[in-house]
Amino acid sequence: MNMMTKNLVESGFDVQRIRDDFPILSQQIRGKPLVFLDSAASAQKPRPVIDAMVNAMETQYANVHRGLHWMSERTTDAYEGTRDAVARLINAPSRDEIVFTKNTTEAINLVAYSYGRGIMRPGQAVVISEMEHHANLVPWQMLRDACGIELRVAPVTDAGELDMVGLEALLVDRKVGLVAITHMSNVLGTVVPAVRVAALAHEYGAKVLFDGSQAVVHRAVDVQAIDADFYVFTGHKLYGPTGIGVLWARRELLEAMPPFMGGGDMIGTVTFERSTWAEVPHKFEAGTPAIIEAIGLKAAIEYVEAIGFDAITAHEGRLTDHALARLSAIPGLRVLGAAQDRGGVFSFTMQGAHAHDIATLLDRQGIAVRAGNHCAEPLSRRLGVDSSARASTGIYTTEAEIDVLADTLLRVREFFT
Amino acid sequence: MFDDVRDLYSSEIRDHGRSPTHAKRPAGFDAAAKGDNPMCGDRVQVFVRRDGGRVAEAGFEARGCEITIASADLMCEAVSNQPIDRIRALSDQVAAMARTGHCDACDAALRRLHPLSAVHEYPSRVKCVTLPWHALLAALDGEKESTSE
Repeated sequence: MNMMTKNLVESGFDVQRIRDDFPILSQQIRGKPLVFLDSAASAQKPRPVIDAMVNAMETQYANVHRGLHWMSERTTDAYEGTRDAVARLINAPSRDEIVFTKNTTEAINLVAYSYGRGIMRPGQAVVISEMEHHANLVPWQMLRDACGIELRVAPVTDAGELDMVGLEALLVDRKVGLVAITHMSNVLGTVVPAVRVAALAHEYGAKVLFDGSQAVVHRAVDVQAIDADFYVFTGHKLYGPTGIGVLWARRELLEAMPPFMGGGDMIGTVTFERSTWAEVPHKFEAGTPAIIEAIGLKAAIEYVEAIGFDAITAHEGRLTDHALARLSAIPGLRVLGAAQDRGGVFSFTMQGAHAHDIATLLDRQGIAVRAGNHCAEPLSRRLGVDSSARASTGIYTTEAEIDVLADTLLRVREFFT
Repeated sequence: MFDDVRDLYSSEIRDHGRSPTHAKRPAGFDAAAKGDNPMCGDRVQVFVRRDGGRVAEAGFEARGCEITIASADLMCEAVSNQPIDRIRALSDQVAAMARTGHCDACDAALRRLHPLSAVHEYPSRVKCVTLPWHALLAALDGEKESTSE
């Protein structure tokens, strides 16, 4: 046992025990152990999440919020219990401020529609950054084109950090109604100084939204400490199922915003002449929700909480140091971004080898990475790369897996040179 | 290591992928179109010089993986001096070969392209083979852009 593993075991973090909770990790790919380094795209699921979803379907399933029977009441309790778990996870002041969506993309589209069209006015602006996922870019372009709201892009530095001076320059005319920024880049791993961004936005009268898709997996998030106005994330990157995401917003914002979609469950009363809306958060949850997926998300949250974010962040910090040391020692390999505060996401290019060819060769050795633009095409352009390969870690990733990646990349380099 | 990828990364594919001979604009080209694979960032621009109902010469410019570049280079070689109707049929046959690995009604032109059929074992890479063909057909149809999606 090396020192790192020893420290983690002593702090209650036993990566092998965690790996045992993820049935898929014992798979072999073409006769080789799976080395799953694509958790930033979607993470694997631990047994408690799988069991919670199966158990709900086998023992207590019905529609929520409408049945006057045992099954519906139990299912409603389980579904609504997830709201409490999410509120606890991100330290939201109230469970009623938690809105369930399909994923991060839908949560941002909800804000772009309900806040952008409902509250913002033509002539105002939205600020994003150069390192946004398309999910936090395209909805704002659509808002711009539909409603005459300007879209401004805050620069990132060559190190891949948010340029705070450049951000402030976009805010000084006080036309910005909303700053919508990633909390952690899905390409560079950069963790954005959310407290400073929120303070700056507020200083110039703007609200602030953080895309927490990556950050919520790797760091303890406290929306009150950040002083955020909106915070969004998705379940499937947090070891939960697909089909369930979260929008948190301050109650007064949710109350002022018009509904996003109309239908059942989001109404007060309905006549042919008019309808009234349910109270928040239900005003934003039209139709039968993702019940089983919400139950799975609660199990995922409880799973990471039981491990604890102190241990998760410490594990990831050691993995990150190790990965950067190993990758940067490979001749011709360029790791994109060099932020001071970064998490376990490593995008890289290799001289003489295209990212797709790298990914195919790694795949044949059982190593799963992503290749391409990572849904952040403008960032690739900003960095001057056509595409890159990306390795990303999860709570189950080991140093030994990073070594397998680095050793195999050395062979990939030989293959292509 | 990597012996099991030698089917796709054969010496022929690697030669065309690394040292393409048609990676240029033919003199006097009269049609061109871009092909984009938005998921990966690969981009190919194909240029053709026509002579009546035939493609007299084809060339390309690309940024992409070895498979895309090899496919573009082999395509330009295969379609030069071919009737446009034959090129359209060839495009369908290449797409089918890339998906299935089979070379039905395999004539000399298709046999030349046959090394690309290994891509059928790599479903996520089939688009790398077909992207240049999308761009070529777009150029012949008078369009400016195409996509592998």
